[in-house]
Formats: sequence, C-alpha cells, structure tokens
Amino acid sequence: MSTAVQEPTLEPSVLRVSALTKRYGGHSSWLSRLTSGPSVALKALDGIDLHLRPGEVLALVGESGSGKSTLAKILVGSATPTSGEVSVAGQPAPARRDKESSRRVQMVFQDPYSSLNPRITVGKMLSELLLLHRIVPRSEVRAESVRLLNLVGLEEDVLGAYPSQFSGGQRQRLAIARALAVRPDVLIADEPVSALDVSVQATILELFATLRSELGLSILFIAHNLAVVQHLADRVAVMYLGRIVEVAETSALFSAPRHPYTRALIDSIPRMTETSVNDGFELDGEPPSPYDVPAGCRFHPRCPLASEVCRENDPPLLTVGRAHESACLKADELADIPVPNAPQEHA
Amino acid sequence: MSTVQTGATASGHQPLATGVPLLRVHDLSVGVRSTGRPVRIVEDVSFDVDPGQRMGIVGESGSGKSLTLRAIAGLLPKPVEVLSGAVEYNGADLLGMPAKKRRALMGPEIAMIFQEPMTALNPVMRVGDQIAEGPRRHLGLSAKAAGDLAVQMMARTGIPDPARRARAYPHELSGGLRQRIMIAMAVSCGPRLLLCDEPTTALDVTVQLQVLRLLERLCEDTGTSLVFVTHDLAVVNQTCSELAVMYAGHIVESGRVKDTFRQPRHPYTRGLLESAPDFDRPDRALVPIPGFPPNVSDRPAGCPFAPRCGYVRAHCTEAVPPLAEVAPGRLAACFESDRLDEVLA
Repeated sequence: MSTAVQEPTLEPSVLRVSALTKRYGGHSSWLSRLTSGPSVALKALDGIDLHLRPGEVLALVGESGSGKSTLAKILVGSATPTSGEVSVAGQPAPARRDKESSRRVQMVFQDPYSSLNPRITVGKMLSELLLLHRIVPRSEVRAESVRLLNLVGLEEDVLGAYPSQFSGGQRQRLAIARALAVRPDVLIADEPVSALDVSVQATILELFATLRSELGLSILFIAHNLAVVQHLADRVAVMYLGRIVEVAETSALFSAPRHPYTRALIDSIPRMTETSVNDGFELDGEPPSPYDVPAGCRFHPRCPLASEVCRENDPPLLTVGRAHESACLKADELADIPVPNAPQEHA
Repeated sequence: MSTVQTGATASGHQPLATGVPLLRVHDLSVGVRSTGRPVRIVEDVSFDVDPGQRMGIVGESGSGKSLTLRAIAGLLPKPVEVLSGAVEYNGADLLGMPAKKRRALMGPEIAMIFQEPMTALNPVMRVGDQIAEGPRRHLGLSAKAAGDLAVQMMARTGIPDPARRARAYPHELSGGLRQRIMIAMAVSCGPRLLLCDEPTTALDVTVQLQVLRLLERLCEDTGTSLVFVTHDLAVVNQTCSELAVMYAGHIVESGRVKDTFRQPRHPYTRGLLESAPDFDRPDRALVPIPGFPPNVSDRPAGCPFAPRCGYVRAHCTEAVPPLAEVAPGRLAACFESDRLDEVLA
C-alpha cells in the first residue's frame, strides 16, 4: 500500500490520493453537544488510495452513498479531507487551493442545466476564465474561445448566446469547454452523461474519448452505468461504503472480477441480449448506511461468499493480479467461479 | 372469475370481456388547447395490450411516453388534456365514463407506479396505512383486515420485517424500500393492469434488478398486464415482451422486443440501439443520432424524424408515414422501412 512518502517505484501519476478520509458530523459546537445525543459521525471516505495515470480514463463506480462524489469534491478542492493527502502532478495540493492548483484539476458536473451561469453569454464565460488565469493575452481571447468551442464540437456563432438557448447535450459541451479553457491536467467528470438521452449520450462519450486521445487529458469518470464505463474507461475503481474494493484494467475487471461486490454489480446490469443472468450473485437488501458501517469486511452482510473470517477481518486492498487489486479475503475463491455470459475480452 | 388474487380475497373484478384487448388505445392525441391551434404533444397513438401481456414504451425525454401513460390513468397534469381519440379498458370507454366510475376502476382494475416514490407517497401517513387505504375503500375490508393485508403485501414485495416497517413514514425508508411500498400499494387490490412510469430510474443497479425481478414475479403470479415506460432499452429487454418506440409524440415502431432489437424496421429505433452502449458488445462503436428531436410546437411537416434520418428521401418530408404492418406482428411508421433489412447481431 502506498504511504504519504513518495517512493521511487511509484507509477507516474497526474493525480494521487493517499490514505484519504472524510468524516462529516460529530458535534462541533458546545451548543449542539448540549442539545443532542451522542455524536454520530458519517465516514464518507475511509482510507482511499488511488492514482490517475497520465492520459487515461479512470472510471469510479459504486452505488449512491459509496462516496464517489465526496471524493470528486475533495479532488477539485471544493471539500477538504479530514486526513490524508492529495497530490497533483507530484506536488501536494494545499487543502485550500491556490489559483494554480485549482487550475490543474477541473470538473464537469452531472446536471448541465444548473452548472452554467444563466446570466452570462458563452463568450463572457470563457473570456472571464482565460483572462483570470492569464491563459492567453487579451487580444487572443476571442480566437482561443473559438478554438475551445471547436474542440467540443460547437461553432463560433454560439459566443453571444446564453446557456438557456442550448439543449442538454450542447450545455454539457459548453461545460466541458469551460473546464478545458484553463488547460487542466485532469478532468473530473461526475456522472456527465446520466442526465442526457441515449442518442446524445453517445456524442458526449465520443468527445471524452477524443479529448483523451488528442489532448492526452487524464479523466476521472464517475458513473453508475457500467455499460458506459466499459465503453470508455481504461481502468475502473469500484467503491463501496467509502472504500475502494477493487481496481483493475477495464477488460480484466469485467471478465474476471475479484471482488464479490463487483461481480454482483456486473450481474445486475440490464442486458440487451435475451439471456439474463441469475447465478446467486443477486444481492439482497441495499447498501448499509455509512453511519453504521458493518464490522469486519464492510460487504459481508450482503456477500454470498461471506464466512466467519469475513465478519472478523477488515480486508485491505491487495494485489491479486497484474495491475489488479481487490479488498476481499475470498478473491481467490471467487476467481474459480466463472462469470456467466462474460463479455469478450476487448483489446 | 379471473386468476387474479390479492393477499386476502379474489376481489370483485369485472369479468373479462371476450374478443377485446384488456387495454385499447386508439388514435389518442394529448396536448394543450390554446387560443389558436392546439399544441399536440402526443399524436394519434394506438396500441393494444392483451391480458397478461407486458408492453414497454421506449422514447427519449419529450417523446410523449409518460403523457400517454398518464392519459390512460387519467392523471394528466393541467393544462394538458386528451384532445381526441379513445382509451378503452376491458371494452369500456375510459374517457367517456363518469369521473366517479373511472376513479372506482383505479386500484382494483388499473394501478400506477411512479418514478419518484418520495413525491408519490404521503409524507405524513404511515406507509402501512397508505397501502391499506386502497383495500379498505375498494375491497370493503375492515381497518384491521386491510392493515394485515398491507403487511402481507409488504412481505410479498420483499420488505424485511414488514410488521415494523408498516409503522414507518416514507422519509424513514431508503429509495428501494419506498419503491417497494409503492409497488405494494399498487398491487394491493390485485389490479389487472399495472402502469409503470420509469419505476427503477432513481434506483441503484443492484436494487433495480431486485425491483424488476419483483415486478416480473408479481405479474407472472397474478396474470397482471404491464405497460412499462422507460428510456432504457436494456430494462425493456429484461421486463417486457412487446415494445412500442415513441418519437416526437408518435409511435414509430412496435412489435415483439426480441424481433425489434434483432432487426429494427424504423431508422429511429435503429439509431437508439446503435447509440446505446451494450455491455455484451464492448467493441462496437457507438453511433450517435445527429441533430435534436423537434420542438413540440414546431414539428416538421412530414415524418418527424426526417431531419435526422439517414434514409430520408423527398417524399418523407411531404406526408407523415402511417404506422403500417411491415412484417407479421410488426408495425413501423416509415416509408423506407423495406430498406432497413439489416440484422443487428
């Protein structure tokens, strides 16, 4: 497991988090201590180690309440971690971001209807950023704005338009252009296509793939739709109740998952083919509340493979194969249960 | 009597009429009457649902799929109303019948499940009482018997510890449990027709699977028919046998799910299938549909899909293609349907 100390053997990474935790709640003021019962803290993140390689799309998947969005907020600096460290391009990022470290990590939000300022035109939105961060001299702002718009598939004539004049897909393009304006190293995209219709979703996914291959942009892609993730991502990290429980290359993760939760997620995907999967990895119940994380392995109450050892030990994330990590004591046992209708390996 | 059974009684269903479908929607148009020309959001939609049949209606936002469903249930939001056409349930005209008689059908005959349970449940009433309300009113059960039935229904929808949970308020339950409460409420009077409006869209994927399996089991056990509105093609594939695809207020294609997915006969259906990522075929490139759906008040003359269509010819922009049979049991509203003969793997 990586520590806060930079070891020479670490892979190159544009973004790295180590031993990151985020706790919400617990009484802070004396008044709340007097008026309410015992302090209850919510552990949204409970020891996250993750790195993003240059030029890759890393998908972060998990159900609601798993901590995906909290992690994204900490990465862009809009929330501060309780403990642990975030480093951007090898440099530790300050808890309160300065202009330079906030420039390096940019975010695209889920809802393109609420994440654009309705009162300013597209041209104004872009020029504000370009000038504030001194990306180009004032005389080149317009040309640079047009270049950004072309990059996301829009034309020069939208510069004078307001966000309300655009459809959902076009707004998401504008949000991406805004994020790219300051030439970031990393793009954090929090469910960027889940508010869009399928026919539009495909064009935005295509855009992300182009940005990766042409600009070499590193993208952390948060999503719940595994078919989308499989299509776009190079690697996938699976979160469950504030922990990363499995990380692997996309094809390895989907064809040979080594954590029962990943396996259950895959088996839950609604399929387009006639065959439907039913092999005992259908989960009962819902994720437990992060206020009350089960002892031992946090997945054991829902796990079909759980045994005594799982109730007593909290498994760390361990290497189980080439570039494949899993936090499961039964990872080897699981490897012997083949995935029915496994998607073919893709190059 | 029908095969429908609730937890308590084989309720006082009307006998099934013979020779007519359970639900018949005929040339239904829904929209807003304004001073000038009425704005037609749903135009001339027709389909039948037979007893025990499960039908999925698929379309993107603004296609009119939810309004079609709400028109059947009589729950259109003001000022939207039915402009013309007919909705018949078990041979009886739903739109022409007195409001009181129609209300009496909702529950024991037709029930609806909404997308967002938090807005569909009464926040200040215990969930058990909300489930019991229907059986008390429609089946004439006593408060005690209806309460017991509610707990039974909750147990059947897979809610753990139902007797305790029946005393909970909606906000005390998770999203998955609330959706189960709504399903329990909908099936408590043993309806013959269940209308579902994106019932799993707000749920996580593992919970979605549980809820879809539950709906499937309930329908199989009781022979209930399903009309299932969703934007997710894969969800339709797992739940329904029949499919209608809506675009810009029209049904553009209908048929068996299996046949339609294999060989779509309308360019829009084909576009939808090719633009959605398919988990079983990760290598396939996604092909987006160019352009945007037309604005509801400004639909093009002729085929509404023509401006985005790769198969378009001159006559497409002159007349609206009728929904016509293109193969046994398959309808498509496309002049060029014969050119779509390719079989998608």
